[in-house]
Amino acid sequence: MRYLPHTKDDIASMLEIVGADNLDDLFSTIPEDCRRTGRLNLPELLSEWELNGFMGALSDNMAVSPEYKVFMGAGSYEHYIPASVSYLLGRSEFVTSYTPYQPEISQGTLQAIYEYQTLTSRLLGMEVANASIYDGATALAEALLMAIRITGRKKVAISSLIHPFYRRVVQTYFEPASYEIMELPYFDNGRTNISKLEEVDELAAVAVQSPNFFGCIENLKEIGEVTHGRNALFVTSFTEPLAYGFLKNPGSQGADIACGEGQSLGIPRSFGGPVLGMFAGKMKYVRSMPGRLVGKTVDMDGKRGFVLTLATREQHIRREKATSNICTNNSLCALAAAMYMASVGGTGMLELSQLNFDKSEYLKKELEKAGFRISFESPTFNEFVVEFPAGFETTYERLLEKKIVAGLPLAPYYPEFSNHYLLCVTETMDREDMDVLIREVKP
Amino acid sequence: MKESLGTTGLILNEPLLWEKGKKGRRGFSLPRRDVETCYLSEDLAGGCPDFPDLSEVDVVRHYTRLSQWNFGVDTGMYPLGSCTMKYNPKTNERQASLPGLAGAHPLLPASLSQGALKLMFELERFLAEITGMDAVTLQPAAGAHGEFTGMLLIYAYHKSKGSRRSKIIVPDTAHGTNPASATLCGYQPVPVKSNEQGVLSPEAVAEVMDDDTAGIMVTNPNTLGLFEENIKKIAEIVHSKGGLVYCDGANMNAIMGIVHMGEIGIDVLHLNLHKTFSTPHGGGGPGSGPVCVRKHLEPFLPVPRVVEKSGRYFFSENLPESIGKMQAFYGNFGVMIKAYSYILSMGENLKKASQLAVLNANYIKEMLKEVFHLPYDRPCMHECVFSDKFQLAHKVTTLDMVKRLMDYGFHPPTIYFPLVVHGAIMIEPTETESKEDIDLFIEALKTIADEAKNNPELLHEAPGLSRVRRLDETAAARKPCLAG
Amino acid sequence: MKEISELNLPDDVRYAEDHEWARPEGDKVKVGINDYAQDQLGDIVFVELPQVGDTFKKDEEFGTVESVKAVSELYMPVGGEILAVNTVLEESPELVNESPYKDGWMLEVKPNNPDDWDALMTREIYLEMLKGVE
Repeated sequence: MRYLPHTKDDIASMLEIVGADNLDDLFSTIPEDCRRTGRLNLPELLSEWELNGFMGALSDNMAVSPEYKVFMGAGSYEHYIPASVSYLLGRSEFVTSYTPYQPEISQGTLQAIYEYQTLTSRLLGMEVANASIYDGATALAEALLMAIRITGRKKVAISSLIHPFYRRVVQTYFEPASYEIMELPYFDNGRTNISKLEEVDELAAVAVQSPNFFGCIENLKEIGEVTHGRNALFVTSFTEPLAYGFLKNPGSQGADIACGEGQSLGIPRSFGGPVLGMFAGKMKYVRSMPGRLVGKTVDMDGKRGFVLTLATREQHIRREKATSNICTNNSLCALAAAMYMASVGGTGMLELSQLNFDKSEYLKKELEKAGFRISFESPTFNEFVVEFPAGFETTYERLLEKKIVAGLPLAPYYPEFSNHYLLCVTETMDREDMDVLIREVKP
Repeated sequence: MKESLGTTGLILNEPLLWEKGKKGRRGFSLPRRDVETCYLSEDLAGGCPDFPDLSEVDVVRHYTRLSQWNFGVDTGMYPLGSCTMKYNPKTNERQASLPGLAGAHPLLPASLSQGALKLMFELERFLAEITGMDAVTLQPAAGAHGEFTGMLLIYAYHKSKGSRRSKIIVPDTAHGTNPASATLCGYQPVPVKSNEQGVLSPEAVAEVMDDDTAGIMVTNPNTLGLFEENIKKIAEIVHSKGGLVYCDGANMNAIMGIVHMGEIGIDVLHLNLHKTFSTPHGGGGPGSGPVCVRKHLEPFLPVPRVVEKSGRYFFSENLPESIGKMQAFYGNFGVMIKAYSYILSMGENLKKASQLAVLNANYIKEMLKEVFHLPYDRPCMHECVFSDKFQLAHKVTTLDMVKRLMDYGFHPPTIYFPLVVHGAIMIEPTETESKEDIDLFIEALKTIADEAKNNPELLHEAPGLSRVRRLDETAAARKPCLAG
Repeated sequence: MKEISELNLPDDVRYAEDHEWARPEGDKVKVGINDYAQDQLGDIVFVELPQVGDTFKKDEEFGTVESVKAVSELYMPVGGEILAVNTVLEESPELVNESPYKDGWMLEVKPNNPDDWDALMTREIYLEMLKGVE
């Protein structure tokens, strides 16, 4: 087997040194009644070439572009990934190295993550960003736990327009603790309704997603002001970071913690994972932050270098009092995001964001022209909700056969919205594709 | 005398991204515009983010140079104990980038995602078979996440029985994520010491196990590289008081096909696909931490579950007692692809891999035990632990010695863990290292032990050949500079 | 790290088992960590201290001290109300290493139980304890 270099001779001479008769002997310290009898019941091994064929067949049994036109977002977005990024990400010194605990021979990863932290904090308008959390949902859960640690309070208010799966993850994380979650309802215009905040005391945090699950852009500034008026921390979430190439960033709107999903930044959708939990906050709270942090320093010759720092927050030192249990994070995904942000550049981000906005506005307007109602009047980015007529399920199925996925039905997540569909358009959709969709759904 | 692996060579310096570039440069091909420009109101529109503008050449050179400052498994031997830095097969990377898998939206209707669903379903079966457990969730993103999931499962189990327990037993050799994960679940960790043989004794566990204790978190093989030989008795003790046994399966690489975890009394365990199952570490992730359970914990697993009916696969949320969701979607699918490909490529060789991993570790232990102090002189599993006791006499520490190892072309082993060994040096070669490379490693360490006697200053200043020398971590912590 | 014989253990303070020191100054007591503690910890990067006005019992945790790779809890050698904390340590935690008994002081306490002081160790008794530990 090509990953097992030992020859029979190697094994024999090593066994001799060790003082064992055979390989089974090496396990003599394992009591008989703990040993497994019988062989592993696994399929017969495949050669590299058989594996290619087998996996190719699995891959063919999936609906992806360009063959399929998938008008879905909802936390996972299709964006073009430059060949240069995929290529650089394949460099084995990045891929096959471990967490940079030995900084002298990990400066590549360390500088790259320092750069990622910097670009992330600039994108979100915050003072400091960590080296990643698992995804947008766990980032939100960690943000709320951080707010609870900082304020000492046990109640959080979260918008019902935060991605439904993110809210479920928060609930899962909160289950064993005695923390309370208050859900904030929404207005007809598709934005969060914060009036309930007036009635509640002792809040640790208020969390809102923008653009929210309906694609609507929230009035973060106002929500931030009310939140601070209640002495709580303002946590903002996002699923589409490209929005911040174009919209006012959370930091400028008063966020204390900005967190969300970074998958749009050069990471393939990959059926939902691995993705990228982005997490940024204020320096005054940095010792409460979860996750790894890379800091700048110098070596003994005065040369600039980078190290993991403030490690006393983390599990390997603080153990049960750590700010989080996170150890392995999503470093290579953070690297992909940094490479992507570096390639697109500041000027490019604005242009790309604008293009995303314009493409989805086009579909929105054309659908309106074709007689469909856009469910929420607030401005949107990339995604919006449209109301299709009753019985649209049949059309939806017909379109699937034509290799068009006409959005995500809202009903499973918001039962009050049957016949409403969440549509997403990014720079990867051509005008032609959108025109085809309109033609197909027109009555 | 063979040439040392570590040598000097021309490596290039490279500035930070924002120290390069020029406004207006572009490293990205902007897609063709086929729609009108639209306007967003002033109060919502912001300016462009403060990123540098770089050309594609700028970006490629930047990251190529940065990568050359890194040492990876592909560069050389990386014997980090408990991390299982085995070779990462390249065919796995190829499979993970297949467009149908890499480009798939997670919310596609089941009829359009049969390939992915089948992969997940089969991977769950494989992992259940390899561990000897009944059901698996692939959702946790990494080992620590799997531990937290396991804690939540235990919590849910006890809640369903109407019992609210507040404590959990954690051995003194446990990885830091263990107590951290327990705390996240509201459990107070109760420490228990390992005995003189380096394993847990049933008496010590019996002393602390009671009706208020949810269970025990063991690591088996443990972080000293030893098999917890009393595990069956310990499991009985914990079970007799209604508790559950959680196993940190980070060291699974020692026992694939050799131990049946269900039979020895484990109720729930997590695996690290980025350790045992050859998926790459990526400089710190992404990993994947599937959790395997016995039948009685299956009802609590996170949703959705992958189910199969008449050869078709789909997701089901029909698990009313589920703990909920650990991530937004289904787990690190891209990592699962690689583990799946690995298992398909290895088949029964997985057992061989474990045997050879254990052989390599024992070989190193025998060859070095006169040179370094071996706190537990007994057969080890896939890793062995030395201490710096002999070298302290020369005022040379574990840190000094492993920093010098870099000059010889090897990545340092794990150091100062587990905490119960002074100046611990934990060496895990894995099965993918050849005898020649291991012999070179042994030679290098022997040379370093000599240098500790005859030239300790050299070690205090090491490494000498890397692009940067020892870094001032104190300054980095006192005055953190975390963004440029 | 220092040998026991190299440690600086002045006479004008008393010592707690966890290596804190306490020095009476009028009717107040100054508190800090001793030379053994700072030497063991290495370069100190951060000190977490309580608020003025907080009250703790003897042996209760009042804060933490961090080096790059370790965190140690700090325990009250005597119980009482916190009258002052050394805020200079926020910017200059290295003072604890450089001058553990003077500039690196941590708390000023109004003691509420005279028995607490009696229970602390003199220099000689503390040295004996240390030798036993090593």
